[in-house]
Amino acid sequence: MSNGYFGEFGGAFIPEILHETFQRLTRAYTEARQDPEFWASYVRLMENYSGRPTPLTYAENLSRRYQRRIYIKREDLNQTGAHKANNVMGQGLLMQRMGKRRVIAETGAGQHGMATATMAARMGFECVIYMGAQDVERQRSNVFWMERLGATVVPVTSGAQTLKDAVNEALRDWVGSMDATHYLLGTACGAHPFPEMVSWFQSIIGLEARQQILTAEGRLPTHVYACVGGGSNAMGIFQGFLDDLPVQLIGVEAGGAGLATGRHAARLASGSSAIGVAQGYKTFFLQNADGQMLDTHSVAAGLDYVGVSPILAHLHTTGRVRFAAATDVEVVAALQELMQAEGLIPALESSHAVAQALKELPELPSDAVVIINLSGRGDKDIFTIADALDDPGWRRFIRRKAESYSQCEKE
Amino acid sequence: MSQLMPALEPYIRQRRAQREAHGQAPILLMSHLVLGYPSLAVNQETIAAMAAAGVELVELQIPFSEPIADGPVIAQANQLALDQGFRVEEGLEFAAACVQRHPEVAFLLMTYSNILMAYGVERFIERAAQMGIRGLIVPDWPPQEAGQPMALCQAQTALDWIQLFTPTSTDVRLQTIGRWARGFCYCVARKGVTGGRTDFDADLRHFLQRCRQVTDKPLAVGFGVRTSADVQTLTPLAEIAVVGTAALEIQRTAGAVAVGAFFQKLRG
Repeated sequence: MSNGYFGEFGGAFIPEILHETFQRLTRAYTEARQDPEFWASYVRLMENYSGRPTPLTYAENLSRRYQRRIYIKREDLNQTGAHKANNVMGQGLLMQRMGKRRVIAETGAGQHGMATATMAARMGFECVIYMGAQDVERQRSNVFWMERLGATVVPVTSGAQTLKDAVNEALRDWVGSMDATHYLLGTACGAHPFPEMVSWFQSIIGLEARQQILTAEGRLPTHVYACVGGGSNAMGIFQGFLDDLPVQLIGVEAGGAGLATGRHAARLASGSSAIGVAQGYKTFFLQNADGQMLDTHSVAAGLDYVGVSPILAHLHTTGRVRFAAATDVEVVAALQELMQAEGLIPALESSHAVAQALKELPELPSDAVVIINLSGRGDKDIFTIADALDDPGWRRFIRRKAESYSQCEKE
Repeated sequence: MSQLMPALEPYIRQRRAQREAHGQAPILLMSHLVLGYPSLAVNQETIAAMAAAGVELVELQIPFSEPIADGPVIAQANQLALDQGFRVEEGLEFAAACVQRHPEVAFLLMTYSNILMAYGVERFIERAAQMGIRGLIVPDWPPQEAGQPMALCQAQTALDWIQLFTPTSTDVRLQTIGRWARGFCYCVARKGVTGGRTDFDADLRHFLQRCRQVTDKPLAVGFGVRTSADVQTLTPLAEIAVVGTAALEIQRTAGAVAVGAFFQKLRG
């Protein structure tokens, strides 16, 4: 555990009105972390509810094609189809411990909101999800599930009506409701203790993967690839190997339309970000000379973010983790290759890790053992992926569907 | 001795004494505006109207893309100013001109930590002091993180780093912050945070009592002041009433001149 700083990154740059709220959360988290029974109950819950340990699948066909041994850590098999389940269930248990009955969360594309809604349903909590009004329009399928799961989705109409406005609205709610409410942040970012706490829950990925690769190969991997948005899945798997210095850890950011175009979300790999403070913590942000945050771009909504986990920023500075970027075009190609070679459907986010591994594989030593963290599955994002693949059959289907709805409404 | 004292505190005491000598309610008014919203030209008119109406302190907010401490109205003003291409440099030049134009008003800069960091913290503070800015309000830079800028301000004779008190702060926390207080203390008592309107006056009184116990500095109170009744409530409780969102809304719907009339009526 830390004082909230990782090298010069992290901290708690929060308005004074939230100070006491964060203090209380930090105390509850610290106590839980010191209690071995808490972690044991977390592991039991994840075994029973989310199918953990998730397999480390040997990618037989890709391994044959690339002449290197390739393993895939199957976070896509979690409840709700992504590693997000680890964090929401962990914080749910912490809520039970704190005696809180109401959970609030922000969500961009809706995946974290949906994961939070499942946890709240299971644990019997009231659940309010703040979502930018524009995102509510764009991500109807996730809104549909959140509402069906019993959550209240609040469209946020202030500011740019996107993720950051949803965060601010959630924080405003929390200031007035902290006694009974927990704010469930979705990634390893934000003010202390969130980066550290979220990383702790996600470390279950790396703990399992380390044991699994030792069983399968009798040795550690040479390379571990994970995509990096906020950084929680990468932190999760990297923590299994941080002390094993020969294991190369590679974080893959969103290269978007290409680093040269400026339309990307590669905070570390692009070298064009600067250290600063926003949203409560210090890290590398994509910002202009005045310190204003820039618009980011990625085909994968979950990687389309202006900052990055302060823990990863530190690991970047020390050189322990290498950062690379995969472009939208590379990512879509990697998604198709993995689907057709192994029958796995990766999320667009996770496909970034796949893309970078496929790029590097031909150059790796012939005895390389590679792990790719498949942070989430793609079939739940069929609307986004069908668009990314520009699938004509899907477009015809949606058009017909729309016509049949307008027909119904007329009658 | 008075020359060695921070400039803001004696300014506040002096202006209050002057009002009392004229038989007026001693409470001072601090207004707030977002630079570049809707434009620097309108900002200039609004400030002139505020100064003519006798507003003693003006908070100039340098817009930031992630204004986490602001309510929806001001957050949106930040975004619109940036969408129109607001740059920090022109904001600082504008602030310097305000100080020159209205020597009777104390100007403060309000912004977020990243604006100072991107500019260079030391350079920003030196420039603010040189242009005659009296205080800095940076709501996402709490004292335990802000050692460097607080020390830099202390090295200046007439620029204060303003501390914030909130109703959610414990007594121990208020004491800690109180030790760092210079100029005045900004008490953030937002409506809706402390509960319903009926309890609000009692809650506010209790909160300000807790603030008094930890500092002898003047208290500036912001809680969504809109009417002369609000100002009257505050008169026996605080040295300064902060008027933020209300003035911005009036400027937006009725223009700069209406803002002047609004401030003129606030103290009866």
